[in-house]
Amino acid sequence: MEDIGNLLHGFSVVLSWQNFLYMLVGIVLGVIIGVLPGLGGANGVAILLPLTFSMPPTSAIILLSCIYWGALFGGAITSILFNIPGEPWSVATTFDGHPMAQQGKAGEALTAAFTSSFVGALFAVVVITLVAPLVAKFALQFGPAEKFSVFFLAFCSFVGMGKEPPTKTVAAMMIGFALAAVGTDTVTGQLRLTFGFTELLGGFDFLVAVIGLFGIGEILLTMEEGLSFKGKAAGINPAVVLQTWKELPRYWVTSLRSCIIGCWMGITPAGATPASFMSYGIAKRVSKTGHKFGTGEIEGVVAPETAAHAAGTSALLPMLALGVPGSPTAAVLLGGLLIWGLQPGPLLFVEQKDFVWGLIASMYLGNVVGLLVVLTMVPVFAAILRVPFGIIAPIILVICAIGAYTVHNNSFDVVMMLVFGVAGYVLKKCSYPLAPLVLAIVLGDKAEEAFRQSLLISQGSITVFWSNGLVGTIMALGLIALFWPALSNLKGRLLAPAVR
Amino acid sequence: MSTQSDAPEARGPSHRHAEMGTAAFMVLLGAITIAGSLKVGIGWAAEGPQAGFFPFWIGALIVASSAFNFLRAYAGGGRRLFAEWAQIAQVWKVVWPTAIYVGAVPWIGIYLASALLIAGFMRWLGRYGWALTLGISIGLPIIIYVTFEKWFLVPLPKGPIEDMLGL
Repeated sequence: MEDIGNLLHGFSVVLSWQNFLYMLVGIVLGVIIGVLPGLGGANGVAILLPLTFSMPPTSAIILLSCIYWGALFGGAITSILFNIPGEPWSVATTFDGHPMAQQGKAGEALTAAFTSSFVGALFAVVVITLVAPLVAKFALQFGPAEKFSVFFLAFCSFVGMGKEPPTKTVAAMMIGFALAAVGTDTVTGQLRLTFGFTELLGGFDFLVAVIGLFGIGEILLTMEEGLSFKGKAAGINPAVVLQTWKELPRYWVTSLRSCIIGCWMGITPAGATPASFMSYGIAKRVSKTGHKFGTGEIEGVVAPETAAHAAGTSALLPMLALGVPGSPTAAVLLGGLLIWGLQPGPLLFVEQKDFVWGLIASMYLGNVVGLLVVLTMVPVFAAILRVPFGIIAPIILVICAIGAYTVHNNSFDVVMMLVFGVAGYVLKKCSYPLAPLVLAIVLGDKAEEAFRQSLLISQGSITVFWSNGLVGTIMALGLIALFWPALSNLKGRLLAPAVR
Repeated sequence: MSTQSDAPEARGPSHRHAEMGTAAFMVLLGAITIAGSLKVGIGWAAEGPQAGFFPFWIGALIVASSAFNFLRAYAGGGRRLFAEWAQIAQVWKVVWPTAIYVGAVPWIGIYLASALLIAGFMRWLGRYGWALTLGISIGLPIIIYVTFEKWFLVPLPKGPIEDMLGL
């Protein structure tokens, strides 16, 4: 019960008027970021990160994590009203959300989406509150080999669980590791892969990569598709909200199932997008009204939104407890921790109690505030989407450029941003996943360090990764995840003749 | 995605070629990584694995997986387009002004460059009137100036104009 006390202490940290203001600003900014094309959770947080360098870490993480919650909420608005997913994880929300809006039930759909998001997030926060301290306590005993095995598992999960072809995931991920390796070697201090270019001495910063890949890349994709926003009118009044809330408890089974799927997919870094699709798919198969999915069923909004928000929130659990982020946005927040001078990982729970429990408390409050903000301000956010792309696009370009510059006060980073942007556009079109690439840039140095330290301990023998039960189990899980596509393929082939 | 255009008049680079090009470029990146790793040593030294040890294997994995991707794209047929030429032209309309913008920032400062970028976009792509164009293209840099330099005390690159104004 020590944790409950810690949590209450966390609330007392958060409940200063200043932090509350940051929370409110964060949520509103987050929803705007979630609504606009080209700005998303990950690069929105990346752009604003340099502004928080001088803030106290607790206030900074509250501001930035609230931007993340806001962006998660915001994705649903564009999906339902405009049939344009503002974020990849809200694609599944368009399937039933937009038909509902077309039938004049936009208010119901939005209320259902926001409420489900809230439920999903709350479930995930409870999971974090209960599980994260245990995981952290357990992980305190980890040596370098165990650390590396956790990284290994995280990256293998991407290969096994992604929709993209496994070899493309591997290629994208390894490019990320290669970019992370450029510059000074953290172990020996030697320069490597710079080829004499002084600009490369410091290596590639993942914040610049995130802003380019997700921000500029997204704008280029939007340009290509020649988007014109034709949205449905948005109106939410208290009567609609209450009416929908009365209806929602009926879907508690779907909701609970989606929460669990979301948390699972968020903690193993598969992310919010596959979680939302999986949850929608299962709900469609299991539901009594499954055949009507896609025509405007409220259950078809509940399932993906709950799972997406649960996944997005629980992605912070491994980031806090192990130092392994579960999503690109969590990766950016992890980068923030390093910049504010905090060492992510299990020690955080011992040495930075104020910070950790303040953050967890802010997750509870942030989602309550978020729900209230989105329910009351939907028309304002919808109006932002009506600003033509010809005005929005250059403004987003400028904001991205400023974000890239402020990372290191370096104009070369702005050039790199554009390079990453064009690369992001091409990679996305060729269905290479960007999330593992970004995570590899963030974790590359740490993974390498753990790997080399393990080898040093074992004098170069690779058997160190099977030297005890714990590390062996994690490595085995990683291998299973890595070869999951091949295994399920093989199983399919073995079973196929029997069916015939 | 609106790339699966089957209309007969739609023309553009084929998706297959784009995939092959991307994979080939990645093989090149992998080769560069391997070359750079070999330079600093990939073996075992007194301090354990040398600096090039880890990136060498990363480079090898890039080459292997990208070579596989290349072959798969090569073998896979299909007449799917990467994008229509008209769509690529749209993308290009954003890329080259941004490239000039990015190149101009160190010389004329971010404020003037941003004002010009926004104004150019709005007049040329959006065909807005001068009043709105000037309002936004001058107003936004001022807002940015106040937010960053005054409120958060983060300096942004400045050019001759700011020097003249003594900012």
